[in-house]
Amino acid sequence: MTIDGTFAAAPVARLADEFSKLPGIGPKTAQRLTYYLVRMPEEDARALAEAIIAVKERIVFCSQCFNITDSDPCAVCANPRRDRTRICVVEEALDVLALERTNTYRGMYHVLHGVISPMNGIGPSDLRIQPLLERLNGEDIQEVILATNPNLEGEATSMYIQQLIAPLGIRVTRPARGLPVGGDLEYADEVTLGRAIEGRQEF
Amino acid sequence: MSRLRTYRTEAVVIRQMPLGEADRILTLCSPDMGKVRAVAKGVRRTKSRMGGHLDLLNHAAVSLARGRNLDAISEASAISTFGGIRADLRRVSRALYVAELVDRFSMEGNGNLAAYLLLLNTLGWLERAPNLDLLLRWFELRLLDYSGYMPELVHCIECREWLEPGDHLFTCEGGGALCPQCRSGSYSPLIPVPVSAMKTLRFLQREADFGKMAALNVGDRVLKDIERLMRAYIRHIIEREVKSAEFMNLTTS
Repeated sequence: MTIDGTFAAAPVARLADEFSKLPGIGPKTAQRLTYYLVRMPEEDARALAEAIIAVKERIVFCSQCFNITDSDPCAVCANPRRDRTRICVVEEALDVLALERTNTYRGMYHVLHGVISPMNGIGPSDLRIQPLLERLNGEDIQEVILATNPNLEGEATSMYIQQLIAPLGIRVTRPARGLPVGGDLEYADEVTLGRAIEGRQEF
Repeated sequence: MSRLRTYRTEAVVIRQMPLGEADRILTLCSPDMGKVRAVAKGVRRTKSRMGGHLDLLNHAAVSLARGRNLDAISEASAISTFGGIRADLRRVSRALYVAELVDRFSMEGNGNLAAYLLLLNTLGWLERAPNLDLLLRWFELRLLDYSGYMPELVHCIECREWLEPGDHLFTCEGGGALCPQCRSGSYSPLIPVPVSAMKTLRFLQREADFGKMAALNVGDRVLKDIERLMRAYIRHIIEREVKSAEFMNLTTS
């Protein structure tokens, strides 16, 4: 019997069990995905299986910025046309993708792999903060952009890192806070709206 | 408690964890229902209407819809975001410690109005109090009182006699201090409480209004003695370490 209480062939049950371990996938979705795969052409199923194995076998952390990559150093760190005097510090590798999509930022990155969350027992030593400081001491860096998430834990992480960088005399900035494009003013919370007014610009 | 499909309350967000792609499970501390765990849908999206209103430590008015498992937040509007705390890492780390203790000491579905008002009051003071350590000790003693764990600091817990002025010993297991005659009893370990620390402890315990002691000048030595005692006693009660204490110790200067 599988987790959802139905009787199914053992390999089908096993796959559904594996799917249900993924985030956002419950027993019903797991079952639906499994039965879809059963009907899928064999080469498609094989391609999916190989893609999963390739992710686990070929993906490593970049030794400089800790982004996830299949070549070390990663594509950004290896690119000679990037501005090496700026480092943008982000919480997760997905944040690098988001920033790259803007086509606005041409500097380097540093991925922390998490955020300081004292109640969950995640402190500064659990993040890649020490390697960041080593980079700042070893390379010629003019500016550090602290682009952690704009919530309490992200801000706390930025403030903590800022205190560590301050003695080095490097310029520390963070992205502007303001109104999301396409949103309604009336739904903005007081902090966002307040910051947007503070940071207003000449028209 | 009414069984309506939706209900409104005010609450403080004392804990959060990510759920799925863009949701969060929030632990709210409310005046009449105690701790409420609720799903906040889509709050991690930048364009979420509720996200900014439901950040950790926010005091907000919320509407909730009853769910089979967890209730879901349908509307939220921040009452206070405690801006004075957010701008200062020392205050942030201490506010998180306060939130974790309230989380540990409160129960789901069991309202504790005194503890809720204490949380709001303490967050308010955390925005502006000069002596944050003294504030935390006052908060701890009040929280213990409202949760039924008030330490006995006036009478000996064994013989019930008045404690004469002097240095005393405190037992976490007994939940109070021992007079010199009862020391050799069965309690261990015993934590020394110097006379100066005992005086301050009694004062903190009696005074429900922190405003009356915000300007009080207490020596570092005495504060350290009290902190050691409170940490040991709280650890004894909740049977675990307070996780956010470690980060709080990293942000002292």
